[in-house]
Amino acid sequence: MSDYQMLREAHTIQSLRDFINDNAVRPCTIMEVCGTHTMSIARWGIKTMLPDQIRLVSGPGCPVCVTDASMMGTAFSLAQKPGIIFTCFGDMLRVPAGDKSLLQLKSSGSDIRIVLSPMDALQLAVENPEREVVFFAVGFETTAPLTAATINLANQKQITNFSILCAHKTMPAAIKALLPGSAVDALICPGHVAVITGCKKFQFVAEILKRPAAVAGFEPFDILLAIAYLIKDIKENAAHLYNCYPRAVDDNGNITAQEIIDQVFMPADGIWRGLGLIKDSCLSLRDEYSDFDAVKKFAPEPVSISDNPACMCSAILRGESSPEDCQLFDKQCTPEHPVGACMVSAEGSCAATYKYMRRKAK
Amino acid sequence: MNDKHITLAYGSGGDKYHQLVKEVFVPAFANPYLQSLSDSALCSIDNKKIAMTTDSFVIKPLFFPGGDIGRVAVCGTVNDLAMSGARPLFLTTGMIIEAGFPVDELKTICRSMAAAAAEANVVIVAGDTKVVDKGECDGIFINTAGVGIFELPQELSPALVEPGDVIIASGEIGTHGMAVMTARHNLDFSPPIASDVAPLNSLVAKMLAVSGAVKLLRDPTRGGIASTLNEWADDIDMSIEIVENNVPISPTVHAACDLLGVDPFYSANEGKLLAIVDAGMAQEVLNVMQEHPLGEKSAIIGQVTEDKPRGVYARTSIGSKRIVMTINGEQLPRIC
Repeated sequence: MSDYQMLREAHTIQSLRDFINDNAVRPCTIMEVCGTHTMSIARWGIKTMLPDQIRLVSGPGCPVCVTDASMMGTAFSLAQKPGIIFTCFGDMLRVPAGDKSLLQLKSSGSDIRIVLSPMDALQLAVENPEREVVFFAVGFETTAPLTAATINLANQKQITNFSILCAHKTMPAAIKALLPGSAVDALICPGHVAVITGCKKFQFVAEILKRPAAVAGFEPFDILLAIAYLIKDIKENAAHLYNCYPRAVDDNGNITAQEIIDQVFMPADGIWRGLGLIKDSCLSLRDEYSDFDAVKKFAPEPVSISDNPACMCSAILRGESSPEDCQLFDKQCTPEHPVGACMVSAEGSCAATYKYMRRKAK
Repeated sequence: MNDKHITLAYGSGGDKYHQLVKEVFVPAFANPYLQSLSDSALCSIDNKKIAMTTDSFVIKPLFFPGGDIGRVAVCGTVNDLAMSGARPLFLTTGMIIEAGFPVDELKTICRSMAAAAAEANVVIVAGDTKVVDKGECDGIFINTAGVGIFELPQELSPALVEPGDVIIASGEIGTHGMAVMTARHNLDFSPPIASDVAPLNSLVAKMLAVSGAVKLLRDPTRGGIASTLNEWADDIDMSIEIVENNVPISPTVHAACDLLGVDPFYSANEGKLLAIVDAGMAQEVLNVMQEHPLGEKSAIIGQVTEDKPRGVYARTSIGSKRIVMTINGEQLPRIC
């Protein structure tokens, strides 16, 4: 049996379930901040394996969901400019803002292409010297090094028809903004981000915010192991940081990746859909790379699309409200016409609740 | 429909597609044959029943490991006829070709259509060609229509399905979708993922020879097995529970799906079928399937249940149970 299969083995899983059941002594809310955790929890039915006292809520860790409406507006402007090949990751296509999405623009003729990596976008620029290629750079510390390496290469090779619309965000700043005063008792920290940043970067959750935290991988075993540690801390009124993903994460992370992020980007304030402006939570290109900034290069018309004020994503992301509390839920806001962040991703809190509720009503 | 314009999401076989069919096409063309919304219509002429179907094919890239648009165009229509229980006989084809399209590629596609037709024992008896300006279509679009004859004593129908009936898959799922997606994104897997595209009518004939065993058949193309199972759960007004460990998936497809962040349950198939089969005769059906070259890896993957709320559930390898939802829009590679 491979290690990989071991992580999905029923009896290993059962012993973790037993431990969690025995130690869940009071109602508590555990937040997973990473979109891939949210996907994995849904994929493996992990909520159905936990005692009722444990509530799992999804935090703002899906980079697609937290890209705000005005950033999407800028993307729409750029994508509609003649001569531009606009490239992005596949799941950005469906993100709504106002009455538009990139998918709709693609349907109506804009040259929008899905790429799997910013390097693919750079290659498109090399192959199409008469066109301008813009890459919509979205993601956390996990994808930012790739974008930085791509910019670095474009700079070295003096490729001038390539630029990025930078919407990169960093995770710790968002957690610092979100957690204080929230109903969240403990945090499952993002394993992929920690591979880059190192485990230590999340020490503040335990030390300063006084919440137990566990860096977790994405197999059901990893997630249940993290929950087991968190439940134990909650029971003992303790707050530690646990590295439950030691096969990929160490204390200090990937220094090379951190250095290239620092070389190309600097921290900037930025807006998160559902959470608003968070200081130093985003990345912007350093001045010496500003030739690669699509906003500076093309000066797209500023588009003001504001989030619907009735949307309760913010409270839902903080674990304070449930999707059904929101007056837009299942009315204006559905998976086909999402208004807020939690409905955008198929596995967001609102989208999942919507599906399950509809089934019950049938 | 809330949208004012058709988006790509309406073409992907999910909720939006069904909305389009039910709110635009069905009211416009209303007639009893259309009501069942199955892959083929069974039409009576005197005391004979014929099955009719049509399908249009738009694939990027046109050529991929294991097949090309021509092979898919023939197999798709043959399979739609076969899933109704009919024996496919005659096909027509219409081609919309972009000016500038290479003649050699057109010849390759036609050879591939001829080979698939021979394999399926059907003949292509009529055709039509339109050429459009450059930029008005992407290379080539192909439509095929087909006619078959229905000779079973009873139509396959959701009304026959009972709790306890079993779900059989005819082999490893998700292969075509991943073959096309990895070819589209130039991902080199070793060995490359080859599409499963194949005509299933001879396999179906063997299955139907087990008298009265097969209650419903469907080829889970767009939207994968998850979409087919959800449509079935709606049609039969019962639940379906799948045992994930029993669903055949090749390790390469598994790896590609993990890499691209897609779920193999939603990945398209062009040479696989799902069947709902009477529990008592399931083993007999499975035996004949496994003896057929296109059904060697057939497996019982789940059963019809009376679980509420109605829906499709998967029993995971770690012992939990999850809902298998219908897809909204085209499946796209994810970053998170």
